[in-house]
Amino acid sequence: MTVSRSDVRPIRTEAEVVAARQAVRSWAVEMKFSLIDQTKLVTAASELARNALNYGGGGQMRMEILERSPRQGLRLTFEDQGPGIADVEQALRDGFTTGSGMGLGLGGSRRLVDEFEIHSAPGEGTRVTVVKWR
Amino acid sequence: MAQTAGSTVAEILGADPQALLDSWLQAQLSAPTARTDLITESELRQQSGEFLNLLRNAARGGSLDVQAPEWSQVRELLARVSRGRALQGFSPSETATFVLSLKQPLFARLRSGLAGDPERLMDAVWSATTLLDGLALYTTELFQQSREDVIYRQQQELLELSTPVVKLWEGVVAVPLIGTLDSARTQVVMENLLQRIVETGASMAIIDITGVPTVDTLVAQHLIKTVAAARLMGAECIISGIRPQIAQTIVHLGVELHGASTKATLADAIAMALRVTGWKVVRAEKR
Repeated sequence: MTVSRSDVRPIRTEAEVVAARQAVRSWAVEMKFSLIDQTKLVTAASELARNALNYGGGGQMRMEILERSPRQGLRLTFEDQGPGIADVEQALRDGFTTGSGMGLGLGGSRRLVDEFEIHSAPGEGTRVTVVKWR
Repeated sequence: MAQTAGSTVAEILGADPQALLDSWLQAQLSAPTARTDLITESELRQQSGEFLNLLRNAARGGSLDVQAPEWSQVRELLARVSRGRALQGFSPSETATFVLSLKQPLFARLRSGLAGDPERLMDAVWSATTLLDGLALYTTELFQQSREDVIYRQQQELLELSTPVVKLWEGVVAVPLIGTLDSARTQVVMENLLQRIVETGASMAIIDITGVPTVDTLVAQHLIKTVAAARLMGAECIISGIRPQIAQTIVHLGVELHGASTKATLADAIAMALRVTGWKVVRAEKR
């Protein structure tokens, strides 16, 4: 598996969340994802980017195109240096939130992508990696 | 030192100003950044001539500090030029080149004028280059400022036109949502919608999300709150414009749009609203 293209986008403001989401959309369109998969990817990116901003105090999103012949995948990695998550299982449960949201973002994005990985510990920030294959 | 570097520059600027203007114009027009499509030669000649005059007058004062009071006229002219160019569509570097392109003809003159005195030449070149760099930076700063003014104005305009609530029928209002729904915009939408429900006594409100590209949990939450508020005012809500990909995404996210009916298209929503409010649409003639 090789990475044929990569880019990093900052996520420090609400406007940069929108910009990151638009970047994901344009890459997904270029990679010829179906409209439904484009929408799923963009929505997952929107959730995870907003989490990084709201709960992690801002961070960055790395976008990578993966080549695993004959398939192509888009991998998104969201990183922040925030307080981290003490109980990841609890955070993934639908309806659980420490903020004012719906508590569906993290678990919902896991259902929108093909691969989902989360690394977090208190004081160490959070890294979420998702992949969608075409 | 009998003569300061500043007054040397002023002296060089003062000698045969017409020739200097001509060679400067020549340099500007032949530069790769010349935008003869955006500015006419006569306009450029007029701006350049005025700039040289003011520059000469200011330099005669002896100080080459562009922030000093005797440079205020030069700064005003540059402010005018760079605002104008920002609006005309010049890039920041093209705008700064207006000032920077004076270096070449000016240095050529300094060199021929002070050929026998390398020390004075160095001093004069150094002060001229600092001076022109300072003025060029000033144009860039103003250029950016005028761009920011434009952006701010557009933001305000966007906020204003973003949320028209229209009356579709007796007792039916609709609001087409377009673009990114952030908290500030949702607040405006909600206020306008509730206000119109009161004004028109509407019992049905249609929220059309055809123009919303991404429906994530934040957007869903905004929609649910708007629906709940409208219901408290006595109006039922229909959310229309749910495209297949949005429907699937909402299901995967696990979001439930409580309390609102949903329809795929605005036409379906209108038909439903009419039915609920007791209207019947009948075609007058068979076609």
